[in-house]
Amino acid sequence: MTGLAAQPQARPSLLSLRQKKITSRILIYFLLFFIAAVIIIPLAWMVSTSFKPKSEWFMPQIYWIPRTFTLQNYQSIFNNPALPMVRWFANSLLVATSVTVLVLVVDSLAGYAYARMKFRGRNVIFSLLLVTMFLPGMMFLIPNFLTVNALGWLNSYAGLIAPALAGVFGVFFMRQFFLSLPKELEEAAYIDGATRLQTFRHIALPLARPALATLGIITFLASWNDFLWPLLVLRDRNLLTLPPGLSTLQGAYTSEYGQMMAGAVITALPVLLLYIVLQRYIVESVQTTGLKG
Amino acid sequence: MTAAAGATVATRERQQGKKRFDAVPYLFILPQLVFFVIFVAWPFVLGLALSLFEYDVLRPEATKFVGLENYAHLFTPGTVEFPVFWNALINTVEFVLLSVPLLILVPLGMALLLNTKLPGRNYFRAIYFAPWVLSSAVVGLLGFWIFQSQGGLVNYYLKALGLDQPRWLSTMPWAWFAVVITTVWWTAGFNMVILLAALQNIPASLYEAAAIDGASAWQRFRHVTIPGLRPVLLFIIIITVIASFNLFAQPFFMTEGGPAQPGGGGATEPIMMRIYNEGFVRYRMGSAAAMSFVVAAIMIAVSYANFRLFRVREE
Repeated sequence: MTGLAAQPQARPSLLSLRQKKITSRILIYFLLFFIAAVIIIPLAWMVSTSFKPKSEWFMPQIYWIPRTFTLQNYQSIFNNPALPMVRWFANSLLVATSVTVLVLVVDSLAGYAYARMKFRGRNVIFSLLLVTMFLPGMMFLIPNFLTVNALGWLNSYAGLIAPALAGVFGVFFMRQFFLSLPKELEEAAYIDGATRLQTFRHIALPLARPALATLGIITFLASWNDFLWPLLVLRDRNLLTLPPGLSTLQGAYTSEYGQMMAGAVITALPVLLLYIVLQRYIVESVQTTGLKG
Repeated sequence: MTAAAGATVATRERQQGKKRFDAVPYLFILPQLVFFVIFVAWPFVLGLALSLFEYDVLRPEATKFVGLENYAHLFTPGTVEFPVFWNALINTVEFVLLSVPLLILVPLGMALLLNTKLPGRNYFRAIYFAPWVLSSAVVGLLGFWIFQSQGGLVNYYLKALGLDQPRWLSTMPWAWFAVVITTVWWTAGFNMVILLAALQNIPASLYEAAAIDGASAWQRFRHVTIPGLRPVLLFIIIITVIASFNLFAQPFFMTEGGPAQPGGGGATEPIMMRIYNEGFVRYRMGSAAAMSFVVAAIMIAVSYANFRLFRVREE
C-alpha cells in the first residue's frame, strides 16, 4: 500500500499506470486471502480435531482431513453422565430464547414511551438510564450475585434471565428507532380511536421490525455466548449453559483435545449457522448500532 | 381512552396533563424499569455498602463493618491484597497497551483493504467478522489447544519453518502473546466492520479534490481519511479499552492466569480474574466489591481521558 505513495512521478506513462494497478490488485488479493486463511484455519482445526481419533491429534504430520474419521469424541462426551451436553444445549437455547423475547418486549415498550409519550420525570429517568451505560459491568458482578442469591435464584434460569432484562442499550436503541419513524400513522390511529397500546402494537411495532430483528440477533448472541455470569450463578451441573459447560469439560478432559473440540463445535455451531444464514444482516446490524453508539 | 376519538393527539395530551394523572406511559416503562432498579441501580448502592463490610456469602453471620479498610488494604503495601491486586491491575494495563493498538491498526488495515471496489469483498468481510459471533469460552478453549507447546498447531508450523517453538502457555512473555493473538483473532473483525462503514461514509469528492490538488496517497490518507474517521476512532478506542479491561475467559481457559510469579499472583492474571478469585474462590465479597469499584473508577477516568484527548485535537 505504501509503495503506491512512494514515488509521485511527474507523468507516468499509461503502461506503467496499468502495471501499477495490476500489481496493487495482486498485492491486495494476496493480503485478503492471507487474512482469510488466518481467520479460517483455527476454526477448521477445531472441527478437524473433533472428528479425529486420539492417535491423530499430535501426529508428527498434520492431516487436515482425518485419516480415520470418527464420532467417538462426540460419543464419549454424550455418554459421560458428568457432562450432560444435551441438557446444556437445551439450557442455552431456553435461556437465550427467553432473554431475547423478553428483552424485545420490555425494551420496545420502554423505548416507545421514551420516544413518543410525554410524562413527568421522563427526561430525568432516561438520562439516568443513559448514564449507567457508561458504567463498567464489573461493578455489578458481586452485588448482583448477592441479589440473585437473596432472591433464591442461584442455580436457576431466572438468575440468568432476569439480570439480562435490565440492560439499557435496547431501550436506547428502540427509542432512537421510534424517533426516526414519521408520526402521521400513529396520529391517524388516535383519530380513529385507538388506545396507545393498540397504536403501539398494531402501528409502531410492525414498522419497527428491522430494529427488532437487529436487537433480537444481538441479544441472542450475547446471551448464548455469555460465560462469566452463568459461571458464577450456576453450580448445579445439570443447569449449566454451554460456555461454562466448556470450562467443566476442560476440567474433566485435561488433555483430551478431541473431546474438548467436540464440545467447542457443539457450542459454536448454532451461532455459526445463524451467522452463515444471516451474515449480511448481522454485519450490517453491528455497523449501524456501532456507528450510532 | 375512547373519549379521545376525534381529538388531536396534542389537545388530548394537554387535557390529560391537566385533568388527571396519566398512568399509561409509566406502565410502558415499568417492566424494564423494575429490572433496571433491581440489577443496575440497586447494586450500585449495595456494592458501595458491601465494600465497607467484611462479608462471606457462605457465612453471613460473620459479617463485620470495617469502614474503608477494604480500600485501605489495596493501597497499603504488606497486606495480603496489595501485591495480588496491583499485579493483576498492572497485568491488565499491559494487556490493554498490547492489545488496543493492535485492535485498532489491524482492523484499520483490513478495512482499508476492503474499502475498494474489488469483486468478492463482501465474502472477505463476512469471513473476517465471523469469529466475533463465538463465545469467549469457545475462543479460549480453541486458543488453549492451538497454542499447546506439544502438538499445538502454532508450534507445528513453527517447527516446519525451522523456528524455535516456545512454551506458549506457561512461559513469559509468550503467554501474553498467545492471549493477545487469540483476542485479536476473535475481535478484530468487529472493529473492522465499524471502521469500514465509517470509511465508506467519507465523501468521494473529498478524495477527488485532494487528488486534484496533487496530494499523494499518503497525504490523502493523513488529511482526508484520518480526520474523517476521527469520531469513529474515538468510539472504537473507548470500547476496545473497556473490552480489554474486561479480559477474563482467554486467560481462564489458556493459562489459568499463570505462569506463577515469585512475587505472588499469576503473570497473566487479569483484574477480572482477581476479582473473581477474591469474591468466589476466597469468598471475600466485601474486598472484591472494593476492588471492582476502584477498577471501575480507573476505567471511567481512562474513558474520559480518551474522550477529552480526541475532542481537544478535533478543535
